[in-house]
Amino acid sequence: MKGYIEIDQERCKGCSFCIEYCPKNAIALSNKLNLKGYFVVDFQADKDCNGCAVCALMCPEVAIEVYRGGSN
Amino acid sequence: MKKVYSRPRSLKETHFHYCPGCGHAIVNRLLAEVVDEMDLRDTAICVAPAGCGMLVYNYFDIDTLESAHGRGAAVATGIKRVRPENLVFSYQGDGDLAAIGTAESFHAANRGELITVIFVNNGVYGMTGGQMAPTTVIDQVTTTTPGGRASDQAGHPVRMCEVLAVLDGTSYLERVAVNKPAAIVAAKKAIIKAFQHQLNRTGFSMVEVLSPCPTNWKMGPIEACKWIDDVMTKHFPLGVVKEVKC
Amino acid sequence: MKRLMSGNAAAGEAAVLAGCTCYFGYPITPQNELTEYMAKRIPEIGGVFIQSESEIAAINMVLGASVAGARAMTSSSGPGISLKQEGISYLAADELPAVILNMVRGGPGMGNISPAQSDYLQATRGGGHGDYRTIVLAPSSVQEIADLMPLAFDLAEKYRNPVVVLGDGMLGQMMEPVSFDHITRGETYPKDYILTGAKGRASRMVRSLLFDVKEEEEHNWKLSRKYQRIEQNEVRYETYLIEDAKMVVVAYGTSARIAKGAIARLRQENLKVGMIRPVTLWPFPAKIIQEAAKQIPDFFVFEMSAGQLIEDVRLALEGKGHVHFYGRPGGIIPTPVELYRIISRHYYQAERSRKS
Repeated sequence: MKGYIEIDQERCKGCSFCIEYCPKNAIALSNKLNLKGYFVVDFQADKDCNGCAVCALMCPEVAIEVYRGGSN
Repeated sequence: MKKVYSRPRSLKETHFHYCPGCGHAIVNRLLAEVVDEMDLRDTAICVAPAGCGMLVYNYFDIDTLESAHGRGAAVATGIKRVRPENLVFSYQGDGDLAAIGTAESFHAANRGELITVIFVNNGVYGMTGGQMAPTTVIDQVTTTTPGGRASDQAGHPVRMCEVLAVLDGTSYLERVAVNKPAAIVAAKKAIIKAFQHQLNRTGFSMVEVLSPCPTNWKMGPIEACKWIDDVMTKHFPLGVVKEVKC
Repeated sequence: MKRLMSGNAAAGEAAVLAGCTCYFGYPITPQNELTEYMAKRIPEIGGVFIQSESEIAAINMVLGASVAGARAMTSSSGPGISLKQEGISYLAADELPAVILNMVRGGPGMGNISPAQSDYLQATRGGGHGDYRTIVLAPSSVQEIADLMPLAFDLAEKYRNPVVVLGDGMLGQMMEPVSFDHITRGETYPKDYILTGAKGRASRMVRSLLFDVKEEEEHNWKLSRKYQRIEQNEVRYETYLIEDAKMVVVAYGTSARIAKGAIARLRQENLKVGMIRPVTLWPFPAKIIQEAAKQIPDFFVFEMSAGQLIEDVRLALEGKGHVHFYGRPGGIIPTPVELYRIISRHYYQAERSRKS
């Protein structure tokens, strides 16, 4: 695993920009509702995330933190 | 593993009130990142508008004043003239900057006020429910152009960068977008450049940001981002409109 | 030392001596001499002078300068003041100090450029939208314009509220000897609300948008309490020959000076007429009028409008006394002789009706 992300799901509004632009398809819409009433996105740990941070770049809610580097 | 992306320090913990997929939130974050990276938190003063962007003071952890609708450039002028050592920027929408505040924007630019305008162009009045803006494109449907904007009745979309470019007081005018990763990187660079023009006292600087408004465009967020490329940029071409030597 | 100056220029000089470093204005007669004076004077002290693109821009530049911590002012006349009302409402809501000088001219609409007092209600009722007040100072001579400017800036900062100096075209443009020897920058008030950049402290926001209605209501009550304090502490007026008076003229500004001339003639004929001259139009000197009404049955309101000050006099009297009125709207300047004739007629009529 080259990288991973942490999603603050209470900030997420399910706009799915991160899903659209993730080159590794490592994010998916879940069926979880947050307190605001949005279906939030989930990180897919089994996909090959490399911590490129495109998801964080696109995320309007600044809900994603990105980690990169050596094996976990 | 090393954290490579986290929340900028100049952004408060408050959750944004913006709709899902709203470009304002991205622009807010970029501004906070730039303030952090250029180490400007101690001197930055933001002038907030009326409209969807008005609550930026709930998000920016910098000194912020809310101005009356359209008066951002005049208020920023007053602040900057009293405090020339501060970085002063106004954050304005299309109705604010290019309709009710045209005179203030135009003349601040003409005087070469050493301020930066962050102009969020999403082609509608968002906060009031999606009415026609001065930048609404031809045939775009809004609540006040239900049959689409017709130029013979409602005029043409206003290209503010090009309007201000003819004024000798302006030094840096660029139009960017926040609808895809590469565009967002370019938008951030443009903001940095605009701030540099202010800090170098070159002249008036403005970054116009084409920004998705999925709610009022009645589109999904992804569709809204595509619409910027397919339709909006045809009326509002991206790129540097004016840059004098900084 | 006295200098011969127009009221407009004297206002500018006094403002500068009172610590005003920022002036923003747009040309309109009859106040242009002030803008022109400031164009020369402000650069001498390293301040900020901008001839703005509009009255709206000017008042918003004042707001910007004020929030940045400077003593700032603008000036205009009727039509321009109407445009400034948006900004004045925001200044009041944001609780920012500012001084706005109005050299009133004939109105409504474009009106004319002659002196008038027809902006009384606009000035004393806030003028713009929302529940707010502005402190209104009404000088009646060039010297008093100079004397009141430092007070205007002090009150603005003390209460963090816009202050209107309400003159008229005559006060603005006539020249009189004026002394500035005693005029200095007044008190320094703490400015823990201004925007300087958030260095070494939490960031600040200055705003008037309060979506939460409870918050907005509390903000309104807070302003209201402030206005009550102003009403308690800042009433200013002049009394003139009221001790033995049977009739009291209520007039301010230029009207009060005309009235003094008329009263001098009336007194020569042994008609016992005095005057109460409000110096603060808001807060209005209601108490002295109420006090006077205990002894004096007749009040004569004289103003260069069709009847605006008279509303405050009636409110102050609460139904007591008899209110007489003479007004000349539209830019007419009545003469002391004219007023003397009118007042003496009313005086004799009142005397007759008291006897009958």
